[in-house]
Amino acid sequence: MKKILLALIGLAVVASLVVTAVRRSDAGPKPIESLRQTYRDKAKPSVDHALFAQLKGPFAKPQLVTAACISCHNGRHTEVMASSHWNWERIEYVEGKGIRAIGKKNVLNNFCIGVAGSQQSCDKCHAGYGWADGTFDFTNPMNVDCLACHDNGGTYAKKTAGAGMPEPGLDLALVAQKVGRPQRANCGNCHFFGGGGNNVKHGDLEMAQFETTRDVDVHMGTDGADMSCVDCHTAEKHQMLGKAYSLSSMNRNRVTCERCHGAVPHEDDLLNQHGYKVACQTCHIPEYAKVNATKMRWDWSTAGKLKDGQPYEEEDGQGNHAYMSIKGTFTWEKNVKPEYVWFGGTASHHLLGEPFDPSRPLVLNPLHGEYDEPEAKIVPVKVHRAKQIYDTKNRTLIQPKLYSATPGDGGYWGDFDWNAAAAAGMKEVGLPYSGSYAFAETEMNWPLNHMVAPKEKSVSCEECHAREGGRLASVKGFYLPGRDRSKLLDGLGTLLVLGTLAGVVVHGGARYWFWRRRQGGK
Amino acid sequence: MTREYVYPAFGRFWHWTQSFLILFLAVTGFEIHGSLRFFGYEQAVRFHNGAAMAFLVLIAFAVFWHFTTDEWRQYVPTWENVRAQAEYYLFGIFQDAPHPTRKTKLRKLNPLQKIVYAGLKLFVLPLVWISGLLYMFYRYPQKYEVLALDVSALQPIALAHTVGAFALLCFLVAHLYLTTTGHTLTSNLKAMVTGWEELQDEPHAAAPRAAASMQAASDAAPGDH
Repeated sequence: MKKILLALIGLAVVASLVVTAVRRSDAGPKPIESLRQTYRDKAKPSVDHALFAQLKGPFAKPQLVTAACISCHNGRHTEVMASSHWNWERIEYVEGKGIRAIGKKNVLNNFCIGVAGSQQSCDKCHAGYGWADGTFDFTNPMNVDCLACHDNGGTYAKKTAGAGMPEPGLDLALVAQKVGRPQRANCGNCHFFGGGGNNVKHGDLEMAQFETTRDVDVHMGTDGADMSCVDCHTAEKHQMLGKAYSLSSMNRNRVTCERCHGAVPHEDDLLNQHGYKVACQTCHIPEYAKVNATKMRWDWSTAGKLKDGQPYEEEDGQGNHAYMSIKGTFTWEKNVKPEYVWFGGTASHHLLGEPFDPSRPLVLNPLHGEYDEPEAKIVPVKVHRAKQIYDTKNRTLIQPKLYSATPGDGGYWGDFDWNAAAAAGMKEVGLPYSGSYAFAETEMNWPLNHMVAPKEKSVSCEECHAREGGRLASVKGFYLPGRDRSKLLDGLGTLLVLGTLAGVVVHGGARYWFWRRRQGGK
Repeated sequence: MTREYVYPAFGRFWHWTQSFLILFLAVTGFEIHGSLRFFGYEQAVRFHNGAAMAFLVLIAFAVFWHFTTDEWRQYVPTWENVRAQAEYYLFGIFQDAPHPTRKTKLRKLNPLQKIVYAGLKLFVLPLVWISGLLYMFYRYPQKYEVLALDVSALQPIALAHTVGAFALLCFLVAHLYLTTTGHTLTSNLKAMVTGWEELQDEPHAAAPRAAASMQAASDAAPGDH
């Protein structure tokens, strides 16, 4: 007994030594605490623009505001004019395609397809004034729209289908006197409504985030960190950090969670270890479109139905557009579980004029990555699926002209004639159109980064480590404990165990039988 | 009937601690494997890792004990009496024949046990704990400025660990059954609890048994050792 006790005590001593050796307590405040402190105090403007004589106004046209801005912030316009907010393209290396200038200007998506021919409408969100067609002068600094991003008064607005010009009748002097660091509204007014409506494109960026709770977005929730977009999307010389893989290709200029939270943010090392192959977003964005639905499918092929010669709209039960004559049929979803893919940080893009095989869904922006790549991690994505117009002879996607300024200009939203829209759009981008079209399945990947949930709501172990139906069921190329096994090995092992069990039962039964016989024989 | 002190205190402590650890590791391990659900995945992993660490500490003590007490010699396999022991399990046991080998403190294992236990200690358990440690640490450069191993894939490690698990499970089934093959159904079990084992008296105890076996005419083999 004494020996057992001694052994037990010895065991306990060694075990506690091992534990203390492995677990050193970290001194100082927890990183998350210092982060909270950093963003608790909101930045206050260092000057009051209302007191500047240059901004007294009145301003007859918005370009005069820009001139006033530049008169003090001289040179800043060159920074804006070097940014993608202005150029709507970046120089990117696209794997297998070389160095290309790509961006909203010339890359097709599977929402409103592309801006060419519809600049008057799309360019409402351009950080400039007057980009109505292909003749816009990208070298004229007076066309830079400072106010769209810097209005802190909440009164500035751009005109619908106004080619980026302000809403008529605005008191531009009042707007100019209340400029400052970009706020959520400045970014959200465009980025929440991409694709022609709230939350259409991203799924994790929508108007609820103008003012939301930490339950929806732990960073932006006004009852939480209450951070604004530019707290993470910091800028250096007007070059914003971060980009979307719908348009960019290279692994650079990304906003990462690790930048603030570090590479080992958990107290539990088992969770930290996941970060080697699993992106933070995978566990911490369990679902997106938490407040309003996002568009999951867009079928252009049904567009063009008219009632009494007039276009119409139909709503689904939740108040989302289910059908629009100008755009086709939509499927919306709320509280969506993401799809998951390996992603190493680079993407490819289907470029204008490239032929493709219409018999299979065309992925417009394939995300590259496999388990074996050191950089690659599993990331959550929204996959948007669509049916969009293509040229059946040339087997190329078609850039249709959608917006119609005057009847008969080919714009589909006025004329409802795909042939005319295709001809006008393809002429705009300088590509041939054979005259015959059909609709092809396409897919787009939208990596999810926003709507991070509070930690209590992050994805639990079982949701991935499950034999059947786990979140990562379709993510291949590696052994996932709980999901994977060797069926052969498990089969043989089970057989062996059952065989042993059977042997034991037979042997024991025989012993019993002989014992009974001996008993009877006595 | 005689009594013999076969299992010293530490040996018994080691055996029972190990047996509970292995059972616990089996349940949590097969939950991690996806075969059953009991604790929930997260808890299963935590418990499994904790129990594995405890097991390693126990193994360290046991290795020390085996070498300082020369107990390890008990596990050196021998061909001597292997045949007799096998014949006993295949035939003699049914006729209530005497055990072919006598259990003593210096010879607690029969020849078959020696082979099986040596295999367990030299191959199966090392396979399990080496693959288990790799399973835990194969991956990631992590906190505490420790650069862990960086093996590219988990699959071979996990499969090796699974092989060990099935082997141990088979052993467990057979082992539990064979505890009933002592002098009485529970004498082996009692011995592992108290250290004292009830043994057959020799040689006179054999006589009535021989008479009984007369009835099973051709089954004379068990007496032939």
